[in-house]
Amino acid sequence: MQFSLSSSPHNRVRRDTGQVMRMVCYACIPGVLAQTWFFGWGTIIQITLAMLTAVVTEATILELRKKNVSRGIRDYSAVLTALLLGICLPPLAPWWLVVIGTFFSIAIVKQLYGGLGFNMFNPAMTGYVVLLISFPISMSAWLPVQTMAQTSFGLFDALSLIFTGFTQTGYNLAQLQLGIDGITQATPLDAVRTGLLSGMTYSETLSATIFSSDWGWSYGWSNVALAYLFGGLVLLQQRIINWQMPFSMLLGVILTAGFLSMLAPDQTGSIIYHLFSGAVMFGAFFIVTDPVSGSTTDKGRIIFGLLIGFWTVIIRTYGGYPDAVAFAVVIMNIAVPLIDYYTQPRVYGHKS
Amino acid sequence: MNEFKELTWQGLWNNNPALVQLLGLCPLLAVTTTAINGLGLGLATLLVLVGSNITVSLVRNFVPNEIRIPIFVMVIAAFVTIVQLVMNAYTYELYLALGIFIPLIVTNCAIIGRAEAYASKNPVKESAYDGFIMGAGFALVLVFLGGMRELIGSGSLFSGADLLLGAWAVDLKIQLFTPEQPFLLAILPPGAFIGMGLIIALKNIMDTRMARWFAPKKEKVVARARVTTEAS
Repeated sequence: MQFSLSSSPHNRVRRDTGQVMRMVCYACIPGVLAQTWFFGWGTIIQITLAMLTAVVTEATILELRKKNVSRGIRDYSAVLTALLLGICLPPLAPWWLVVIGTFFSIAIVKQLYGGLGFNMFNPAMTGYVVLLISFPISMSAWLPVQTMAQTSFGLFDALSLIFTGFTQTGYNLAQLQLGIDGITQATPLDAVRTGLLSGMTYSETLSATIFSSDWGWSYGWSNVALAYLFGGLVLLQQRIINWQMPFSMLLGVILTAGFLSMLAPDQTGSIIYHLFSGAVMFGAFFIVTDPVSGSTTDKGRIIFGLLIGFWTVIIRTYGGYPDAVAFAVVIMNIAVPLIDYYTQPRVYGHKS
Repeated sequence: MNEFKELTWQGLWNNNPALVQLLGLCPLLAVTTTAINGLGLGLATLLVLVGSNITVSLVRNFVPNEIRIPIFVMVIAAFVTIVQLVMNAYTYELYLALGIFIPLIVTNCAIIGRAEAYASKNPVKESAYDGFIMGAGFALVLVFLGGMRELIGSGSLFSGADLLLGAWAVDLKIQLFTPEQPFLLAILPPGAFIGMGLIIALKNIMDTRMARWFAPKKEKVVARARVTTEAS
């Protein structure tokens, strides 16, 4: 019998970049299905459009940079970026929105910095921030959950709405945004935000139709978050992602939200509300865990995640935008070199 | 005459204050939301630059070396005040649109830089021309960046030309396309940074291409292949 000698790690899975990226894409499926179930076909159309744009942009720029195009496409990183961005966009946003956003993500955020592995910022989230800052009206046009909407729509309605601005029966986006009670519905985050700003208490804002219980669970929105949590746990089980970043981000959200609601009870959202609204679950497992733009040391990952959770709640509570995961991620991306510098692990045999 | 040719080349391209020296970035990035805003500030800077270069060149032999910088700054401040008052009188709306950035021309390093580096060492005629061409180089970049941001942001070019040139210039505005919503990123400061980076990258590409184009062709050197071993 022969003993082969090799250095650690000994127990490892051989996966190339393309496989890892594809696994992350597959893990998104439960969430995407849930989103489609609750918010209609728009999400799938946005994702398809984003993927097409991403692949075309990536191929063009790789060609311009005289790189190996087919290898660059086959690592699926552009597809994953497009998927993550497509998930974040309002399902019935006009087509040029997703095209501009994806182009920006791939061309400027990723390729101008040197391509896969060299980008300082998370491409999907930077593209999202660009769109949110540039087109605030379209980016906040979220629909009510399908079962609570006044007008429902099918696949072809969604297609024609995205490309022409009207459904086949002639409704526009503003009409589709009406809920069953005939009032334009906002996202849960929006509802609480505007409620708090107009002087209501947190528990009063929860009585809006969008929340189905008084502890901050919103029908549809929170179910989608739960589906992403499931996908994320699968990724964790497959060891595609480390536990440090997602759990420390969730911990950051819990600590900050808990502290704020102790500080000013009924003036800020509860912990459950913060965890299961908006992009926190999705962000914790699919965005923060980006291996390129995140911290690379174990301790650094914990600090990185904690601070993202912290900023998310702080910006949600005191900032100008209802959701803040994208902003928090971009802010912390800037801090990554600093975090990595101070958390370099001790090499065995050396003094710290 | 060769000196003037060299100055032109330096000011407009090789040593462009905005693209190569990266001087005066604050007004460059803040004001260029439209081509006309850029043109307005560019012209103001150009006037100040010509005036200060002439004055500095005239007094260059009387200024004690130790206190030259305060004196230059005072000269520049005087010209900025003149330009500001003129703009206040004749192009009031543009004066309001540019706001704090007109008095801030005083702090534009491109101006003190030219006074120190060129005008304080050279005769009046050359200094005046240097100020003019450096100002023109700066103004061209301002107009180009402003036009780019205006075009991407709101699909128009030269909107508000009447603020600078009088009522007849309303017709100069070209609306190339009408976006459903303005692309705010291009109009906000990040757009200025990204646009500026792209312009500098474009200039660098053109420089490398030109260098390659004009490079003297290498003569082919035929190396003799030795087939036999060296005799020892």
